[in-house]
Amino acid sequence: MGRILKHPILTASKRRDITFTFNGKKLLAKEGEVISSALFAHGITVFGHHHDGSPQGIFCANGQCSHCMVIANGMAVKACMTEVIEGMLVKSLEGFPQIPHDDTPSKFSKVRTIKTPVLIVGGGPAGLSAAIEIAKFGVRGILVDDKNTLGGKLSLQTHNFFGSKGDCFAGTRGIDIGTLLTKELHSHGGELIEVWLSSSAIGVFNDRKVGIVKKGEYVLVKPEVLLVATGAREKSLAFAGSDLPGIYGAGAFQTLVNRDLIHPSEKLFICGGGNVGLISGYHALQAGIDVVGLVEALPECGGYRVHLDKLKRLGVPIYTSHTVLKADGLERIRSITICKIDKNFKPVQGTEKAFKVDTLLIAVGLSPLQEIYIKAKEYGMKVFTAGDAEVIAEASAAMFSGRIRGREIVRALGKTSFIPKEWSGLAETLRKGPGREEVKTPHILSGSVYPLIRCTQEIPCDPCRKVCPIQEIKMGAGDMRNVPSFEGESCLGCGQCVLSCPGLAIVLVDERYDQNRERARLTLPVEFTDEEIETGAEVATVGIEGEIVGKGRIIAYRNAPSQDRRRLMLLEVPFDERLDISGIKRKEAAEPEEASTLTGKEEVIICRCERVSKSEIVPLIRAGYRDVNQIKAATRAGMGACGGRTCTELILGLFREEGVDTSEVTLPVDRPPYTEITLGTFAGIKEK
Amino acid sequence: MSRNFDAIVVGAGSVGVPTALFLTLEGLKVLVLDSHSSPGQGQNKSAIGGVRATHSDPAKIHICKESLRIFSRWEKEYGDDIGWKKGGYCFPVYRKKEETILKSLLTVQRSFGLNIEWRDACGIEEVVPGILPEGLIGGTYSPDDGQVSPLLAIDAMYKASKERECEFGFGETVTDITVDANKVKGVKTDRDTYSAPIVVNAAGAYAKDLGRLNGLDIPVTPDSHEAGISAPIEQFLDPLVVDLRPGPEGKTANFYFAQNREGAIIFCYTPKKLFTGTNREPTSEFLPIVARRMIDLLPRLKNMLVRRVWRGLYPMTPDGLPICDKVREIEGMYLVVGMCGQGFMMGPGIGKNMANLIINGTPLMDEKIFSTVSFYRDFYGAKKEALK
Repeated sequence: MGRILKHPILTASKRRDITFTFNGKKLLAKEGEVISSALFAHGITVFGHHHDGSPQGIFCANGQCSHCMVIANGMAVKACMTEVIEGMLVKSLEGFPQIPHDDTPSKFSKVRTIKTPVLIVGGGPAGLSAAIEIAKFGVRGILVDDKNTLGGKLSLQTHNFFGSKGDCFAGTRGIDIGTLLTKELHSHGGELIEVWLSSSAIGVFNDRKVGIVKKGEYVLVKPEVLLVATGAREKSLAFAGSDLPGIYGAGAFQTLVNRDLIHPSEKLFICGGGNVGLISGYHALQAGIDVVGLVEALPECGGYRVHLDKLKRLGVPIYTSHTVLKADGLERIRSITICKIDKNFKPVQGTEKAFKVDTLLIAVGLSPLQEIYIKAKEYGMKVFTAGDAEVIAEASAAMFSGRIRGREIVRALGKTSFIPKEWSGLAETLRKGPGREEVKTPHILSGSVYPLIRCTQEIPCDPCRKVCPIQEIKMGAGDMRNVPSFEGESCLGCGQCVLSCPGLAIVLVDERYDQNRERARLTLPVEFTDEEIETGAEVATVGIEGEIVGKGRIIAYRNAPSQDRRRLMLLEVPFDERLDISGIKRKEAAEPEEASTLTGKEEVIICRCERVSKSEIVPLIRAGYRDVNQIKAATRAGMGACGGRTCTELILGLFREEGVDTSEVTLPVDRPPYTEITLGTFAGIKEK
Repeated sequence: MSRNFDAIVVGAGSVGVPTALFLTLEGLKVLVLDSHSSPGQGQNKSAIGGVRATHSDPAKIHICKESLRIFSRWEKEYGDDIGWKKGGYCFPVYRKKEETILKSLLTVQRSFGLNIEWRDACGIEEVVPGILPEGLIGGTYSPDDGQVSPLLAIDAMYKASKERECEFGFGETVTDITVDANKVKGVKTDRDTYSAPIVVNAAGAYAKDLGRLNGLDIPVTPDSHEAGISAPIEQFLDPLVVDLRPGPEGKTANFYFAQNREGAIIFCYTPKKLFTGTNREPTSEFLPIVARRMIDLLPRLKNMLVRRVWRGLYPMTPDGLPICDKVREIEGMYLVVGMCGQGFMMGPGIGKNMANLIINGTPLMDEKIFSTVSFYRDFYGAKKEALK
């Protein structure tokens, strides 16, 4: 716990320290930092207690749930969305908050209605790309985002992006893509696109107006065309103890670590082997956090193979066909128990393993944030959607769909715009998940230098092909999803492919190193602050699965100007092992501990806001309830701050578990506002 | 599901469910039909949950006294918590006009045995902490009124009915009520056919459409009202507060709010110009208007967090009183409709009267009062209710 002072990719904040208090204790925060991160920096992870006594902390860290509520200067606020200000008195929220007994009458200003040709909700990759396009065509608009910078979740992605190098910044780090897009927007649309930051769209109304809280002022926006690029929310998972503080979304984790440089954990476990879970594991390791393991319910991880390989060779045990059975702890998670599951996803008795952890990341997928889109459509507005709000995919796909929508919006406004034919095909390709595996025989240039490409799965990605100066990395005919291979009769040994591969899956083998063919020199990519492994040190080498191959010696590190923050490690290895090595061993796998039952709590919470358990809902399903609204009425599940956005999917999961076809189930009715806002704001009292 | 019933109730809402429950308790084999997927998915879930007997109209006083009796004893008799909070109603007064109206009603209300008193400004400030003191004259306070959770109540009544073998058909739309020789024979839906000698129209906002199937002109027209609810806060407000003054913005007639048993502040206003129709989607106008009215009256509410807004329908009759009657032209046809936005508070009381009317041929209330809720009254002649 604390702050990350050294990070291979990110630079520690130079922001001014300010003071605030938590429950009377004086603490330091960084200027501009949100309360939740400031508290985590001091190891405070329990922010209060639900009125039933259960501890609460962060869960989404994205303003969508309300588990991180605290009292700040007398007001109940979301800790993850509220900046600390000098001298702020923060208190844990214990039970229901009181409203301050401030009985002085208020003055109201008029709630303005602003008309605009285009309103774009969400300033992530899709929204930004759309804004750039409409600006290119001279169309005016407003772009709103609830964070204080543009870029959306790009600002959390420290890794190099996949996709097409020429078309969507593949090979560039997500954090930098956000900045690049923002710059592009300013250069094309400085005057045309008004950017409203720290502004939440809280709902769309029947009279075709969108309610927005713009830096504390409530305004109504009436657009001719609306683009909903609100991204996604993380799916949740329910098991005994899943509501304990310390269990949160992978997005929340990335926010803490990569945006705010907080070191939130010493021992981390990950649930979910999709790209989000795998990447989060890599981010954790880069931040110096021990990743104890990762479970995936399916027999194979669903994320990119290259992401999985990175974790494996870094020594993270991957437990496929496993699930988290329960989490134990009183005020926060102390241990988890995992177990094998059969093909029907039922736990296999006797396969339980327990691990001591302080944090569990839930990375079990994303759901599009579509509420505004669906309602706007229902109300007959001209509305478009792009990015994850439309369909969950990589950010590269979001950029493309944003561009296409941007030009479609220009058309919808009656102007002409040209949409290149290949765009929709590219967008489609970028949207595709990993395809089939194809292991190619390495193309060895005996006595020479050559790349070993350990990219064996179809993914939309092409930087290696694009950077090879002699164009000897080929991907066959067809699109960029094909598996690349080196086919040349010579190689310059420049290492550009090693540097550019977003999957860190290319190793350069140099057989010229030793004429006697006893040793070979490998060039490997590194993205760690590696002072502890010095030049000359002997290290254990590992293969693609993380298995020990033998020993090697670090000869040197090479800094490459063409690829920021990635270095090349030159490693001397026995000649016979040269084709088997893909990395060096960095950690020992954690051994399972005795299963502990600190709480003995078997209760599975489904609705976290209202703390409604599985045992309250299942009997209703068995009694014939087939309407989620009825379950809500009877139990309050879904009536909390998040409006059922976390638990609805879990409730549908319970229906499935009970053998009910969910097409028979009536879904809950959706009503604004999507974020809780003070009554004073709606009245036109400007918040300080 | 069987096909033959003693009675079919159309509408599984605030009125239909208690009506069905009381008929079931009388030993009838009852079927409830609703086009929604579950009970209370019409206007029940839009209700604020206030229940008061302190009306100005004798029939409503009678009905709601009965409702209060049923709601307040529910948990004891049936075991389910329905969120009953005996917090009373308070009508604070800032103008002579409302003072005169409310004071004149006290005599009538007391003659029905209602516990209601006139309080001076200090007495009102006691029950509504933080209320704007400037210009506050006083107001009425009726401590025996209260609030119930419409959601919990309908679920509890639905369960109680089901446990007693009352049957429910959800997702079924009534397409025909069969009548032979001026006698009710049964009901056809888009899915099935059922026979019963008695059909009760408890179709709320859709009562008129149902009546048309048999050529009845039921004068019930829905208009819509918006409402909202806050995140729960620590309890500080007992009564449901009604401000009868029209709003300075020219769009509201009166407004009201209460803190329910869960701690949430639930609020609503009556629009000056009615929105006729069945649209239930929220408008952008509601929040800014209601927020100002509430903060003007109780400034500390500015800091409460608004959680949700919605819009519900008031099935209005021309004179503002409900219809609870049997149809003279068609034997076995009954109407319990036109609740004018008070269907939740009247539900159990009027349901019980309806059940009594069906079983014994007479309602619970006396005939003179009963005539004021007759289907055959002059809807346009009588003076409108003083206090709505």
